[in-house]
Amino acid sequence: MSDFKKVCQLSDLIENAGIPALLDATPIALFLIKGQVYALDNFDPIGHASVMSRGIVGSIKGRLVVASPLYKEHYDLVSGECLENAEVKLAVYPVELRGESGEEAVWVATC
Amino acid sequence: MKTKLVVVGNGMVGHAFLERLVKSAGFDRFQITVFGEESRVAYDRVHLSSYFSGKTAEDLSLVPVGFYAEHAIDIRLNEKVVSIDKQAKTVTTQASLVEKYDVLVLATGSYPFVPPIPGNDREACLVYRTIEDLEAMRSSAQTSKIGVVIGGGLLGLEAAKALVDLGLESHVVEFAPRLMPVQLDEGGAAMLKRKIIQLGVGVHTAKATQRIEDGVQARHRLVFADGETLETDFILFSAGIRPRDELADVAGLEKGPRGGIVINDQCLTSDPHIYAIGECALHGGMIYGLVAPGYAMAQAVVDQLNHKPAQFLGADMSTKLKLLGIEVASIGDPHGSDEAAKSYIYENGPKEIYKKLVVSPDGQKLLGAVLVGDSEDYGNLLQLKLNDMVLPEHPEQLILPSFLGEKVGMGPDALPMSAQLCSCYDVSKADVIAALDGGASCLADIKACTQACTGCGGCTQLVTSVVNNELEKRGVAVSKAICEHFPYTRQELYHLVRVNGYQTFDELLAAHGEGDGCEICKPTVASILGSVWNAYAFDKKNIPLQDTNDRYLGNMQKDGSYSVIPRVPGGEITPDKLILLGEVAKDYQLYTKINGGQRIVLFGAQLSDLPVIWSRLIEGGFESGQAYAKALRTVKSCVGSTWCRYGIDDSVKLAIDLENRYKGVRSPHKMKMGVSGCTRECAEAQAKDVGVISTENGWNLFVCGNGGMKPRHADLFAVGLDRETLFKYIDRFIMFYIQTADRLQRTSTWLENLEGGLDYLRQVVIDDSLGIGEQLEQQMQALIGSYECDWKRAVEDTEKTKLFYNFVNADQRDPNQVYVRERGQLRPANAQERLESIALELV
Repeated sequence: MSDFKKVCQLSDLIENAGIPALLDATPIALFLIKGQVYALDNFDPIGHASVMSRGIVGSIKGRLVVASPLYKEHYDLVSGECLENAEVKLAVYPVELRGESGEEAVWVATC
Repeated sequence: MKTKLVVVGNGMVGHAFLERLVKSAGFDRFQITVFGEESRVAYDRVHLSSYFSGKTAEDLSLVPVGFYAEHAIDIRLNEKVVSIDKQAKTVTTQASLVEKYDVLVLATGSYPFVPPIPGNDREACLVYRTIEDLEAMRSSAQTSKIGVVIGGGLLGLEAAKALVDLGLESHVVEFAPRLMPVQLDEGGAAMLKRKIIQLGVGVHTAKATQRIEDGVQARHRLVFADGETLETDFILFSAGIRPRDELADVAGLEKGPRGGIVINDQCLTSDPHIYAIGECALHGGMIYGLVAPGYAMAQAVVDQLNHKPAQFLGADMSTKLKLLGIEVASIGDPHGSDEAAKSYIYENGPKEIYKKLVVSPDGQKLLGAVLVGDSEDYGNLLQLKLNDMVLPEHPEQLILPSFLGEKVGMGPDALPMSAQLCSCYDVSKADVIAALDGGASCLADIKACTQACTGCGGCTQLVTSVVNNELEKRGVAVSKAICEHFPYTRQELYHLVRVNGYQTFDELLAAHGEGDGCEICKPTVASILGSVWNAYAFDKKNIPLQDTNDRYLGNMQKDGSYSVIPRVPGGEITPDKLILLGEVAKDYQLYTKINGGQRIVLFGAQLSDLPVIWSRLIEGGFESGQAYAKALRTVKSCVGSTWCRYGIDDSVKLAIDLENRYKGVRSPHKMKMGVSGCTRECAEAQAKDVGVISTENGWNLFVCGNGGMKPRHADLFAVGLDRETLFKYIDRFIMFYIQTADRLQRTSTWLENLEGGLDYLRQVVIDDSLGIGEQLEQQMQALIGSYECDWKRAVEDTEKTKLFYNFVNADQRDPNQVYVRERGQLRPANAQERLESIALELV
């Protein structure tokens, strides 16, 4: 059973962009795309810095991705897989929106 | 034992011979010694006048650094060979050095002919052949206002360009009744004369100079046979060349009645061990004063040294060139020496274009052509002549303007495989196709492996059409789409945004794209929106489009921290501002360094500290340096006339004004500028996108220079400008670049890919050939008028400063950013230091 923790309000997120947050002691990145929230590791395993939330999101051949702002590798927002390098992967975290519509909070599971 | 090869002369042809020999299979069999009379290795004499429009002696050099050493060629400069002993097979130099040879190649070239006019040895009477001559011209020009070239041929007109570039009132004096009597007919020469006079250069034809004497207003006075006179300070003789054949006399080699070392079809002189090539050689009664025939002779000798049969059977003297910026071309026999030959003439008075075709009596073959003012048809016509092809039914269509209907092109398919496309390096259509078969896939590849287009450049258009045609046939489509979301180039997107008035990425994507965008198209569109509407990067709807640098108005460093670079216009900074920078750096423990653009950079700022750091800087009078943006970075300047003993004008003031004028303007890539207060050029303005150098006559403007990975010397764009004109040209230049460049294309590569190159750019910016000059200025004015400091706007808006946090839900530093102390400052810990936990924790 996943252990969900409240991270922030939905209104803190920026449509089509990422923001950084802490989940316990782990830096994560939250992305809001077409009403859906995605949570992944914020640490770029290739660039070795916590920067994924500052990447540009988009689509590559139909897959939703975020591009690392350091060296531009693409990571699948759903699976965390790196499109250019099968060796690396970002952890993805389950997300739930809880609360009244308009004042919903973002809850993320620590897995 | 190796064959001992001695080459006398290290000019263009002498060097071309060595270059070809080095590449040939038999090169290893030779031990080579080269004697050169000049102090320099071979350089490009064809483009000598570019020395006065910004090129240096190094730029003109034809010899890659280390070339001779690498191939163990013993080169002796400043060593004139004065005699040859055919029996002993030795040459002797002026310094009495004796060198043995098995094979001797003479490539001694020619010297400028100075007509025997009384007074031709007076002060400031010069010739135009060597770099030393150019230096003498430059120093004479300093004490001169008026300059005259004696000789209105091809070389004379090229020399006239040098006088114009030196800033002199310039005249050309020609003995014959028309300019370029060898290459042009009367009509073509008349049109050329008209165009040259319009450029402000005096043209005096049918003038035989009888003597040169003291002038009244100027240093000299030319007295002509018809009694008229012309006053001038400076005289340049360019009345043809004479072969350097003195060695033939001392060695007893056969010479022509009017000079020249006689050679046969093998390029051998009357001695079977001595070859002669280039302008010193007389072949079939002809001295060839162009480089291409000299190169062909060099190749013929190289082939024979490789035991391959080869001949030089004369060369085509067709030529296409730009004289004083005017296109001029001549093919075959333009005079119609065959009385039965027929001709077609097209003359366009308003546009000042003259074209003439001379065809055989039966109308089947092209005998000659003249093109003045527009030489676009040269490639076509030359191929018709060289390949002896049958003319189309109505030959006049070859020179009539294209709006009269489809031009009777001879598409690349019509050319035979043997057609020579590049005469400088003898590259045929078959060679180009072989290179494509071998894996070349664009013009740059073809240039690299065949050397086509790299000599005079006259064949670029033709080679491009052959390459494109061939690639098309092979089904190679070169995609111009910037990414999978938009099937357009940046330039096309720019026009879509401007024409349709799109204000957001989503509008543009919905109308012209597909998918969700990516890290390539989003920032590109953001930059276009910025360039067109001055859209503020920090507007919430624009945030998702921005690279992180634009989003947080700082340059992200490798550890995720940011740098802070305030604008320091022209590199001028007050002590108070320096102190403030120091205090801020100390308070936030920022690593401090002066960068390459005369600015001070503070490194290692946490995202969350950026707003407060910038508030303090703005309070102290700083503003954003836009170092994070694709925009103007800095305008570097020297100290200028305020302090410097040599400064001619106030370069600091101009640099500050330029920086304040263009700061914040978003462009396809970063832009750098420089201003130097004199030609010592301490600001390195010629390595910048826009460079300005002060001269006695005003500001000289250079464009499209670059340092960086692929350095490019800027091109001289305009000279002697006042402030107002300077700003006008730069406004137009930058706006035109913004509108037409590709994504992340610096001005240097933009220019190299711009069809028509520098001349076209000058037409657009200076002559306003597209009629968009005012529009470009207005668009630039709108951008300048709506400038706001990004950071001033950001710190005044708490909605925005709120977005600068390390974590949305925790007020703490990024635990992954750790530092060590080095040379008194903090820097990011490396992987080893992190492992060993010797990194510093910050509070």
